Amino acid sequence: MSEQLIVPTMAELMAEGKVPDILFWVGSAGSYDDRAKKITKAFVKILNKAKVNFAVLGTEESATGDLAKRAGNEFLFQMQAVMNIEVLNSYNVKRIVTCDPHSFNCIKNEYPGLGGKYEVLHHTQFIKELINTNKLEIKEGKYKDKRITFHDPCYLGRANSEYNAPRDVLKTLNATLLEMKRSKATALCCGAGGAQMFKEPEKGDKDINELRTEDALQTNPDIIATGCPYCMTMMSDGVKVKEKENTIKVMDVAELIASSQNL
Amino acid sequence: MEYIPNIVFAIVLIIGIGYFTRNVKKLSRNIKLGKNVDVSDNKKQRWKNLAYIALGQSKMVKRPISGILHIVVYLGFVIINIEVLEIIVDGLLGTHRIGHKFLPEALYGFLIGSFEILAVLVLVAVIIFWIRRNVIKIKRFIKAEMTGWPKSDGNIILYFEVVLMCLFLVMNATDTIFQSYNSGNVISQHIAPWFSSLSDSAIHTIERIAWWIHIIGILLFLNYLYFSKHLHILLAFPNTYYGKLTPQGQFTNNAAVTKEVQLMMDPDADPYAVPAEGAEEEVPEKFGASDVQDLTWVNLLNAYTCTECGRCTSECPANLTGKKLSPRKIMMDTRDRLEEVGKNIDANKGTFVDDGKQLLGDYITNEELWACTSCNACVEACPVSIDPLNIIMEMRRYLVMEQSAAPTELNNMMTNIENNGAPWPYNQMDRLNWKNE
Repeated sequence: MSEQLIVPTMAELMAEGKVPDILFWVGSAGSYDDRAKKITKAFVKILNKAKVNFAVLGTEESATGDLAKRAGNEFLFQMQAVMNIEVLNSYNVKRIVTCDPHSFNCIKNEYPGLGGKYEVLHHTQFIKELINTNKLEIKEGKYKDKRITFHDPCYLGRANSEYNAPRDVLKTLNATLLEMKRSKATALCCGAGGAQMFKEPEKGDKDINELRTEDALQTNPDIIATGCPYCMTMMSDGVKVKEKENTIKVMDVAELIASSQNL
Repeated sequence: MEYIPNIVFAIVLIIGIGYFTRNVKKLSRNIKLGKNVDVSDNKKQRWKNLAYIALGQSKMVKRPISGILHIVVYLGFVIINIEVLEIIVDGLLGTHRIGHKFLPEALYGFLIGSFEILAVLVLVAVIIFWIRRNVIKIKRFIKAEMTGWPKSDGNIILYFEVVLMCLFLVMNATDTIFQSYNSGNVISQHIAPWFSSLSDSAIHTIERIAWWIHIIGILLFLNYLYFSKHLHILLAFPNTYYGKLTPQGQFTNNAAVTKEVQLMMDPDADPYAVPAEGAEEEVPEKFGASDVQDLTWVNLLNAYTCTECGRCTSECPANLTGKKLSPRKIMMDTRDRLEEVGKNIDANKGTFVDDGKQLLGDYITNEELWACTSCNACVEACPVSIDPLNIIMEMRRYLVMEQSAAPTELNNMMTNIENNGAPWPYNQMDRLNWKNE
């Protein structure tokens, strides 16, 4: 399977004198985290299927600095940002897509002030665009009539008011979409944001991902869908804590689309 | 002798408004202790926000029960206060219901009639509010920060409103001249019979007493605002105007840091360069916030605007799972510390004398700050555009950049980013390995 993936880097394309239409920002989680890498690959399969002329930065990509910023280290954030912007601008990048809402928010909103101005898309927005422009055809697949509930990532939803793109994409699966009691603008965080992913939680009576998983379980879903590698970790752990991992899957929107089309 | 009531009224009015003005000046001075921030952009959107969010109460009704009850009290407050104009003119000129003289009978009756109906609706709403706080004990009203003064404050405001509404109705009911118009006394005509067994002069005395206590009560309430969470009735308007316009996920880029980073990245910069002759000795700027003066004046306006409704806290994932963080407490602490700093300045003839205290540590603990997921639920929940997250982030910046006081795991994560461009200890050269796995 893996040898089928076509993943050109910006450097390779430049050497060939080619310019991609869009840069796929893979992000640290998408590059190194075992679970998130599957999302990355699923998204690349979609890009390949839709014959998108894209490229990645590969080893020239570095952490956006988002995590450092949320943790309070503005120095480290701006160092990372300035380095990344230098690379992006040297390739004259105009359009960026990413599977990570944190990278999405950071590059879209916080890079412009430091000299990095791009059109930035979340992968669910880009998949929606591919479907709407008939570049990606969705045939009815195995998720028909499955019960799917979408967990809004904070940095896609509240942070950037994008609630529809992931839902519109999921609708193409002909599944039953279920809303949790807290959804869209009032969605509960998975617990990973603000650099929490990398530290132990403060003393309390419950872990946030457990509470959020309870919200999801109340909809009695077959699948919990999300659009963020960190939400993926938190929700998967939550499902394990509730001992539901054999009956309920946690999947990224890109994975659902790719697997429904047997990519 | 006949002018004594007019003179007494004028004195009461001057004292009431004068003391309030004094406190407004203090309020404004305290808010200006914050750092300057440019909010002169996008005036159109700002006015729109003020109109929709503050005037139109659009975010209040996200919670329908408290939202609709609040609109009743809000409308009641705004509209019934038109009556205060008449009271003031009557008080100063010694006239009686001057509005009746100048307005068409039907219009005057319509106005007073609507005031009376609103007064009853306000009474009902306020009683339900009291029950929600004290009988049903809705969770967000009984959190840890809602004991002592904040708890009493919430109830005192409700008592004030009950008394003022009752006085207004009694004042109308015992006003035999007004009752004789038989126009606009929709509610008070049903209260008037309660007093019918009394002599005319006794009824008149009750009317005068109710009239006087009513206006004195209003002036007292006006002056109570400064000492209370109830300031929101005034500050909600500027606060929504100056609220954040950028996407909620966009955090400010610290300008002082940008300067330093540019210097570090500039290959031509000479770190040992002698400052130009006559250049001001540059004071290294403090990164982040440890006290109220390090915050922006919008942060401080936010703090005074907070009416402690607790919608933020009731949506906060950290608070919902038993952590100490409460966005409402962040706002209350900021306001209380700002008040303390203000009193310090008053006591020291206009300058702040170090009191060995600060917002960080003495009010807000590191534990609270590190529990935040930066999810913006609190910002979204606030009906008047308060941004507790911005204060939390500024204080985290201080902890990390000035004190290196991040939790160990976060320091490890940041060291990884510094060394290999990822939060985990993986080699940057392996960043594309997933392609072939």
